[in-house]
Amino acid sequence: MAMTTNLIQARPRSTAVAGHARGGNALVRWVGKNLFNGWVSTLLTVVSVLAIGWLVAAVGPWLRNSIWSAGSLMECRSILDGASGACWGVIRDRWAQLLFGFYPSTLYWRPVTAFGLLLVALAPMLFPGLPRKILRFSALYPGLAFWLIWGGSFWFPVTIYIGLLIGISLFSRFSRKHLWLAAGIGMAGSICWWVFLSEPAFLWAESLVPTSVQAITSRQIGGFLLSVIIGVTGIVLSLPLGILLALGRRSSLPFIHATSVIFIEFIRGVPLITILFSASLLLNYFLPPGSNFDLILRVVIMVTLFASAYMAEVIRGGLAALPRGQYEAAEALGLDYWRTQRLVIMPQALKISIPGIVNSFIGLFKDTTLVVFIGLLDPVAIAAAIRAHTDWQGIYWELYIFIGAIFFLFCFGMSRYSMYLERRLKTDHR
Amino acid sequence: MKKYLLVIGAAAAMTTGLASAGTMADVQSRGTLRCGVVSGKAGFSAPDAKGVWHGLDVAYCRALAAAVLKDPNAVTFVPTTGQTRFSALASGEIDVLARTTTWTFSRDVDLKFTFVGVNFYDGQAFMVPKSLGIGSAKQLDGATVCITSGTTTELTLSEYFKRHHLSYEPVPIDTNAEIQQKYQAGACDVYTSDGSDLASIRSGFKNPDDHIILPEVISKEPLGPVVRQGDDQWADVARWTLNALIDAEELGVTKENVDQQARTSTNPEVNRLLGKEGNFGQQLGLDSEWAKRAIAVEGNYGEIYANNIGEKTPIKLARGLNALWENGGLMYSMPFR
Amino acid sequence: MATRHAMQHEPFRLGMLIHDTRYRNTTIQVLAFLLFAACAAWLIDNMLQNLAVLGKDFSFDFLWRRAGYDISQQPISYTSTSTHARAALVGLVNTLIVAAAACATATLLGVFAGVLRLSRNWIVARLMTVYVESFRNIPALLWIIVIAAVMSESMPTPAAFRGAHPSASMVLWNSVAVTNRGVYFPMPELSRSLGHLDFGLGTLSLDFLAIVGVLALSWVARSLLRRRADRALAATGRRPATGWKNALILVAPVTALLYLLGFHLQYPSISGLNFSGGLQLRSSFIALWLGLSVYTGAFIAEIVRAGILAISRGQTEAAHALGLSPARTMRLVILPQAMRIIVPPLISQFLNITKNTSLGLAVGYMDLRSTLGGITINQTGRELEGMMLMMLIYVCISLVISSAMNLYNHRTRLKER
Repeated sequence: MAMTTNLIQARPRSTAVAGHARGGNALVRWVGKNLFNGWVSTLLTVVSVLAIGWLVAAVGPWLRNSIWSAGSLMECRSILDGASGACWGVIRDRWAQLLFGFYPSTLYWRPVTAFGLLLVALAPMLFPGLPRKILRFSALYPGLAFWLIWGGSFWFPVTIYIGLLIGISLFSRFSRKHLWLAAGIGMAGSICWWVFLSEPAFLWAESLVPTSVQAITSRQIGGFLLSVIIGVTGIVLSLPLGILLALGRRSSLPFIHATSVIFIEFIRGVPLITILFSASLLLNYFLPPGSNFDLILRVVIMVTLFASAYMAEVIRGGLAALPRGQYEAAEALGLDYWRTQRLVIMPQALKISIPGIVNSFIGLFKDTTLVVFIGLLDPVAIAAAIRAHTDWQGIYWELYIFIGAIFFLFCFGMSRYSMYLERRLKTDHR
Repeated sequence: MKKYLLVIGAAAAMTTGLASAGTMADVQSRGTLRCGVVSGKAGFSAPDAKGVWHGLDVAYCRALAAAVLKDPNAVTFVPTTGQTRFSALASGEIDVLARTTTWTFSRDVDLKFTFVGVNFYDGQAFMVPKSLGIGSAKQLDGATVCITSGTTTELTLSEYFKRHHLSYEPVPIDTNAEIQQKYQAGACDVYTSDGSDLASIRSGFKNPDDHIILPEVISKEPLGPVVRQGDDQWADVARWTLNALIDAEELGVTKENVDQQARTSTNPEVNRLLGKEGNFGQQLGLDSEWAKRAIAVEGNYGEIYANNIGEKTPIKLARGLNALWENGGLMYSMPFR
Repeated sequence: MATRHAMQHEPFRLGMLIHDTRYRNTTIQVLAFLLFAACAAWLIDNMLQNLAVLGKDFSFDFLWRRAGYDISQQPISYTSTSTHARAALVGLVNTLIVAAAACATATLLGVFAGVLRLSRNWIVARLMTVYVESFRNIPALLWIIVIAAVMSESMPTPAAFRGAHPSASMVLWNSVAVTNRGVYFPMPELSRSLGHLDFGLGTLSLDFLAIVGVLALSWVARSLLRRRADRALAATGRRPATGWKNALILVAPVTALLYLLGFHLQYPSISGLNFSGGLQLRSSFIALWLGLSVYTGAFIAEIVRAGILAISRGQTEAAHALGLSPARTMRLVILPQAMRIIVPPLISQFLNITKNTSLGLAVGYMDLRSTLGGITINQTGRELEGMMLMMLIYVCISLVISSAMNLYNHRTRLKER
């Protein structure tokens, strides 16, 4: 009987925690039960209180001497006259640059509207109680957002959408006969439209009804606007690719399985910064000679590839959580592979995966700060540019506190949403 | 799926043209000049609160845009880091790199670029706080040195210290702002960079006089704009725009009097420069008033220098080697003949 | 029966390639392979054309050229005359060092915060919640930069240690110097060292081998002692005291060996502009290490908390019914079961730490990305080759770590019937 030493030496006494409710103040009782419950707890309480006290003593005076209305660091210092205090004038002066980059200030309403509409477009997916009709707006949202942020003529996204409509209507016309043939015809129709007809159609529509707003170059987009654009576009575009990769990884066809696994493991094995460097240095080598894509577009392409690998893992988890009975029932009904996926499996799997997808988005949004290393103007890079200006050279804490606070607001909000959703999904499946 | 295809369409819109040997044609058809700059070097290229760029390199780019596109504001400034500048130029993302880049053999030959001239003669120097009590670079044994990584600075530093049998601790950092913060906090003893960089940074310190720039200049750093190799016409335009600015100072043509000089000057060289005589503009593929527009943006080289990094600016750099050759410096324009 | 007989004799038609499931899988795979090969061929063709236009060629010769730059943290020997390949190796070793250190401290911090977050003490639980939420929701790069800033702003410069009335002094009986360049510890040194073995890539110290050997022998002796004590317990019901004997066996031989080798401490002292002598932990290393630890520690705290909460309350109640104290319950009942849930996401976090070490350039730490993927490709212009090599190395490291995780999963999986 090889019993462990420890069990024989177990103390046979009750482990119910003491804490006699003495008569008296409820607060005192609460404090005694929660804060001074045993010597370990007392020690921890004392250490925590000391730590909090030290933090407040270090930061308090600095915050108390906050100056909001200085135009430069020199002014701040002369007002403070030797004391140490926070110089929030830099935030007052440059908050717009931190939020929008070099976007023209008269046009701020455009990205703000686009952001508001983003929340509306995402709402039906995130809050299942809302009416499904909003999804139609969600489908139109990408074109609208593109036009709002980059400007140019409104007919441009319209012609792109017309191409999609052509493809989808051709597909549904022939899909009853033969799925793959219909898909081929649909794609051919769309591509024909885009390559040959969309440009003349766009120019003709533009000449009839001009709807141009001021065009913005990608270089003017910076700050949090850039982070949100890269994050949202990356996640949204990576969803279809992630689904394909997840299905490929679960596939029984060896070649497809191998390719998916290699792709996913390669992307997950390299740091995001190397992928961003590829976007800025390497992607040009692999594109046709003479073509030159916008840097933001290249970054979005590589970020999409990066996010799709993580998305594939999240969706794979969602797929694994589905009981096998669903597949078997679909097979019994006579549905083939793609119909099973489209009608039975994917809706359920995606619903289960939404918390994971939101977590991926939080991670990606935080990682967008890495574009500072390739010369794009994310908030950290704008902070560096601000600090290089002679007005604000030497300022440090205030900028990073501001940037950190905004990141915290975004990410904390999203993680609270994700937790709420997880709780709801758990009750669904009970 | 829809959003995926939308991006393909957006890609077609954003494909910004062919980066072939005809950069001049590209620039003119595009309508804007893409100029690679530092993302925040006071005096050379830095954006102000409204996002408008100012500086020595910025002025050169605007002059070039005025010459080629007739509009000094038709410029897109592309901030590049030390690490991304060369690939940005090689790939065609920018048309000209005006980023205080040193003209060296390897960059000219190995990396396959063409330097169109020197717009600032500089040299690598050291800046130390006065409180350290150091008067010469040879006393820097064991020092902690902050450097911007990806530049010739770290190679030159390594060779200098090796030659003088001194040891040091390098701290390479990506952005200027980080280095300034570390140097001011005392996390490194010495900051080494081009002398102009040191002056520009010192100008923003709380007490600029507490820091001295050591007398040793340990390298030659001729800084100039760069274009891709193999595109001679574009290189000519870029080179002669720079020469026009320097020549204007030699001839006394300023921003104020350029119009008047164009009309009434009797100096044949001024007339050739400003297009009244000869067809130099047409030979470059431009019109005859190309140089006049370039000079009218911010003036001649001397005025640009004075406005951005001269004695009256916080940077306070003396002309030194950057004075005209007639005044003992090295600024020498090739003749417009 | 008749149909199967008929099927076997059915002549092969082209439509069968798509409709007959026997052939369809092969068809799909062949089509997929052809598509993949076509894409790959197009990409490679583009690459070759682009290289030709730029006049570059694809070769790794640059690795054997002189690097020309210095690296501050050199775990293996390196000078500016070494090759780029050696610089990349130095970067790789730096990456592994900071990754290992950060993994260790992040785990400690995470377990500490996770367990404390479940504590009954209100202040402590709230404090840990604040820590976890604030560190998780702010990007790692920002934390690393902020910690580097805190170090460089609030620590004294070496100059403050000099002079007749220094404003800063060394701590711990004048042995450790905390400056804003780094922290200097006394360095253990052996005056009667046994020497080194020199391999091409590095040197292996014979003293180190000797110490490891002696420790291994001590460990074996300790296990034997423990086994003897267990046998005595089983035979007689009383366990002989092993505590002091264990300690003696572990400590005494190593101490004797170190004394024989002439162990002494070399203290850092200020000379000239900086401290010299002693072991230096540079501020860039500390910033990266601490930044990654506290950032990932917040994630690990959540993982630990989820793992502990996933164990049903019945286990705790049964343990209490058996008379185990809360600490023993945690150690003997809860944590072993929670390990199965905690370890896989924990190893994912280790993977994240290893990948996040590439942020080192922001604070001047020379890891693999800063040397090979930074200075080297910038000075030589070989972006394609350098980046590919760097990505390959990172993929190899990640594959090693994830196969460790797969091994663990495999060994601890619940064997269902």
